[in-house]
Amino acid sequence: MSEPWGPHDVGGLDAGPVDTSEHDTAYWEWQIDAMVRLALKKGLISDFAELRDGIEKLDADDYERCSYYERWAKALAYALVDRGVVNREQLDGKVATIRARQKGQALS
Amino acid sequence: MSEHDHHHDHARTFQPDHPEPTTDAARVGLALRELLIEAGHYTAQEEQAVIAAMQGASPANGARIAARAWADEGYRQRLLDNAAEAIHELGFDLAPYEFTVLENTERVHNVIVCTLCSCYPRALLGMSPAWYKSKSYRARVVREPRKVLAEFGVELDDDVEVRVHDSTAELRYMVLPQRPAGTDGWSEERLASLVTRDALIGTQRELPLPEEQ
Amino acid sequence: MSEAQFGVGQRVRIADRTPPVHHRVPWYAKGKTGIVVRVCETHGEPEKFIRGDGKPARRLYRVRIAQRDLWSDYAGSADDKLDIEIFEHWLEPAE
Repeated sequence: MSEPWGPHDVGGLDAGPVDTSEHDTAYWEWQIDAMVRLALKKGLISDFAELRDGIEKLDADDYERCSYYERWAKALAYALVDRGVVNREQLDGKVATIRARQKGQALS
Repeated sequence: MSEHDHHHDHARTFQPDHPEPTTDAARVGLALRELLIEAGHYTAQEEQAVIAAMQGASPANGARIAARAWADEGYRQRLLDNAAEAIHELGFDLAPYEFTVLENTERVHNVIVCTLCSCYPRALLGMSPAWYKSKSYRARVVREPRKVLAEFGVELDDDVEVRVHDSTAELRYMVLPQRPAGTDGWSEERLASLVTRDALIGTQRELPLPEEQ
Repeated sequence: MSEAQFGVGQRVRIADRTPPVHHRVPWYAKGKTGIVVRVCETHGEPEKFIRGDGKPARRLYRVRIAQRDLWSDYAGSADDKLDIEIFEHWLEPAE
């Protein structure tokens, strides 16, 4: 019998009860959703499979820890860095800027 | 770009009731978004238009389709034979996905999942519920569907066949629930008001009628 | 569009292989046998999405598998089924 290929291949695995509570989509999640749709529309990625591929390349811990749209974010970042649309330094720099900005907001 | 650049400011703005997420993974997403907007790949206005369009989809669309199928036998047949064409008649389009409608009967109960990711007819039914995307649902509903359905309050007799549909990319599914008894002569609008999101996914089977006034 | 190699009602076996690239066959269905319940359109082959390789069109099918053939310890009814979309290049005729 074959075994799961990647952290996403979860069909039939053991897992706990389904948490059926509702979750409102946060605005940043809509923004990530829109970013992926626009990246497709603008040809920054050629196929939704590129996003899936990026998600499947997450390591198991990362996959488990990340929420749905966090996975999308990481996967799109992976694809766009790989394609050279953005570079890793730019991205890391922007993440640092956002972190500092959020820290500043928390203090103010 | 200057601090006062129009797009730049727009890219950053979060409304007070839309707090920024503070996990590292989500920050990667925010950072990517700001970089793409700053580089002119898309604008904040385009983003808002996409979000508004996606927020316009809801289970009410699926309910309308189900109600039409209940009210019009010819439509029901067309819907089951070629759902993409049939929903086009009502102004909906899911291309490039092949849309497929699965009919519940006395003897068959259908339930939809996507074990590999979370494929869902978003453009028709709106955002999928959080549980649909959860590992628990994706892992278990293919292996112990009756137990998972029971957690949703659906208890099925042994003589009802359960059909689980694992959506693996190119098709999108919707369940056509059974029309509840006692709805003869109802308008399509009134019929549609009975249909829920979960019934369209298959984690609900009975559609209760509202209490008599 | 290419002629469909399999027809509705035909028994087919899903290949038991794991290419080290993106693919859309869940592990639990690999090597399993079922019946074609619908011949779908053609779609791009997921394994070949990688940039520059193109995405050759492949015929897609809906294949119905008995739950008891998927899981030896399946607890539900013997009539319970699982339907899944599988591309033609993953299928072979089965007895």
